[in-house]
Amino acid sequence: MTIAKKSVVWGLFAAGGTIAAFVFPVLIALLLMVALGNIPEGLRYENIHAFATNWFGKTALFVVIFPALWHAAHRLRVVFHDFGVRLDKAVANAVYLVAAIGTVMTAFYLYVI
Amino acid sequence: MSSQPYVRPISKTTWYMRNGRYKRYMLREVTCLLVGFYCFLAIWGLAALAGGPDHWNSFLESQQNLLMVSVHAISLIYFLIYMTFDWFKLAPKAMPVQLGEKKLPDRIIVIGHYVAWAFISLFVFWLAGVLT
Repeated sequence: MTIAKKSVVWGLFAAGGTIAAFVFPVLIALLLMVALGNIPEGLRYENIHAFATNWFGKTALFVVIFPALWHAAHRLRVVFHDFGVRLDKAVANAVYLVAAIGTVMTAFYLYVI
Repeated sequence: MSSQPYVRPISKTTWYMRNGRYKRYMLREVTCLLVGFYCFLAIWGLAALAGGPDHWNSFLESQQNLLMVSVHAISLIYFLIYMTFDWFKLAPKAMPVQLGEKKLPDRIIVIGHYVAWAFISLFVFWLAGVLT
């Protein structure tokens, strides 16, 4: 991999990891509240829909999901290697493809909401 | 003279079991599965949101069972220990802050991360209407 490509992947890995470390716990906690039947006000349809239709909400959701996807993809690629899978090229193509599909889906749904 | 160098036999699949440090490294690395899982859960949620109120409500209902309670509860604890707290601990190594001749002490950087994390978490809880 060229240095330029590597730095893009690394930058996304670091950004995504930082974002995930900071906001995923509180988001999982909100989902746990939902699972326990105690649905937070902000997750009722009218409220979350209003949030996801304004530019602040759309940006916030994209800025959380997009780098986190690439962080997970890059780290998963390394995990495959660490568990003894020596097919880095195929693994890299697969995980980055899934991250790319996830990115497009995120952008698409945020656009149509 | 033998030209064959000695290669220590090390398992490619279980090498990290030999040492606590390596085990901890692997426990940290596999958090990427949780990040990936929650990203796609979020995308599924966005799809439901785009589908209208009925889809959104059935998305919320799909989370309301004992399985998802356990998944979220265990994920939350695992994620805090091996992702969030480890990430903060490593932050001064990854991003040392230099002030002129001196380096900002590691402890200050780590505390800064915890303070920012507390504010961000409270802000998200506030946005979600949990804190009123």
